[in-house]
Amino acid sequence: MSGVHIIGAGIHPFGRTPQRTGLQQGAYAVRQALASAGLDWRDMQFAYGGSDAAGKADTMVSELGLTGIQFINVANGCATGGSAMFGAYATIKSGEFDLGIAVGFDKHPRGAFDPKPAEWGLPEWYGDTGLMLTTQFFAMKIQRYMAMHGITAPTLAAVAEKAFDNGTLADHAWRREPVDAATILAATMVSDPLTKFMFCSPAEGAVALVFASERKARELGSRSVKLRAAAVRSRPPGSFEVFSPALEIERGPSPTVIASRAAYDMAGVGPEDIQVAQLQDTESGAEIMHMAENGFCRDGEQEAWIAEGATRIGGRLPVNTDGGCLACGEPIGASGLRQVYENYMQLTGQAGARQVPGDPRLAYSHVYGAPGVSAIAIVER
Amino acid sequence: MPDWPPPVDDRLLSLDASGAITLYAARDRESGRLVYPPPTDDDRFQLEPLPRDGTLWSWTVQRFRPKSPPYAGPEAFEPYAVGYVALGDALIVEGRLTGAALDGYRIGMRMMVTAQRFERSDGGVQTTFAFAPTEPSA
Repeated sequence: MSGVHIIGAGIHPFGRTPQRTGLQQGAYAVRQALASAGLDWRDMQFAYGGSDAAGKADTMVSELGLTGIQFINVANGCATGGSAMFGAYATIKSGEFDLGIAVGFDKHPRGAFDPKPAEWGLPEWYGDTGLMLTTQFFAMKIQRYMAMHGITAPTLAAVAEKAFDNGTLADHAWRREPVDAATILAATMVSDPLTKFMFCSPAEGAVALVFASERKARELGSRSVKLRAAAVRSRPPGSFEVFSPALEIERGPSPTVIASRAAYDMAGVGPEDIQVAQLQDTESGAEIMHMAENGFCRDGEQEAWIAEGATRIGGRLPVNTDGGCLACGEPIGASGLRQVYENYMQLTGQAGARQVPGDPRLAYSHVYGAPGVSAIAIVER
Repeated sequence: MPDWPPPVDDRLLSLDASGAITLYAARDRESGRLVYPPPTDDDRFQLEPLPRDGTLWSWTVQRFRPKSPPYAGPEAFEPYAVGYVALGDALIVEGRLTGAALDGYRIGMRMMVTAQRFERSDGGVQTTFAFAPTEPSA
């Protein structure tokens, strides 16, 4: 079994790019990633790619070159990017190939997603009567968490304020203007306790990562990070997920908790070893809850951590150093790979104005989505 | 006694002559698990009434009109509260909340299931369910 390295990373700026389709943004990210690795498309032996709503990834060969490459499309909802990465990880680890690429891209229309009950195995009345909204789920999960663990609304605002501050430092971010906590708190309420600045928006963007075996990475002499763990897990009994007409009385852990444990086991490290983390922040509360679900702190400790600035760049554990989904928006197929892109940039010292000080070596990323799936990656320089 | 329009789903709820509402889940005959909303497979599942009372587990307010589809409510939008109510030791069920101010709900409040008229944007009217505080709030 080979060690797996990421030897190049490319991104198409997130946000809105009317002049490019999602697929074109994907091809753009691939070219950026190849350039970053000093390689050519013809060097790629395999590719995994996917989008949730912007077309079939493998059709980008017409733009990149008809090399006959093994190109596998991935469609796994919110974990599409994470699953593409897992495919690349497993392919290299098995020894099947030693150089390949994972690409994720998307282009969503404005506003909240509009799901159809039948596609989720739900009756029509659930959608008809106005219960089928992701925003309600996120609001109710954090509402209960706040009541149980003493998290306050100003802490929700502080998370969003940090995201926009970090976004001003990231070239690929969508929201590049700071928004202060008072404005965030006073903004239009979307779903109590979350205001409009506390939610991320569906957006556009693309990310590609070049993967190589340990031997190949050494041979190429690339600026690389080692993928110490890649774990994707679906929901266990008793987890609280989006579009749930009912929950079981006996509550259980989230898919994030079990994916996280698996990833730490795989990497042989613990949360205390991590120096920078990218955590799913669909809304500010999600970042707070995911700090605990991923083992970085105990439930309720976030209130003090965030007040002290522990999750800011320069803090004890910088979280979402490029502004996360709140500042970058959420193109579903690209979002999980953006987190790994950001960790690659941080660990290889290429993060510019948002560089985490202290020469970090170990970074963690966590993507979560419907209907209850989490993907974790731990990378080390 | 108000005349209630047809339910949004026949298997989901029933109303007795006095207008009292019962919500249903279904028991999986094989695993013994309680499933909600009740599936249509009668060979495998048996309908079972849910407790009428419970406590509020979480809540929020829908402040903007949801997209249509799937939302089938009227064009003119009034914000509504939504929550999960733990019904005895059966299930924690999601539904609209009624009977208090939009910001008048608190986790742990005693709640009961109640019938609610649902007006559709296509002009139809149906009966759905909601949860209301057992003791009217001041």
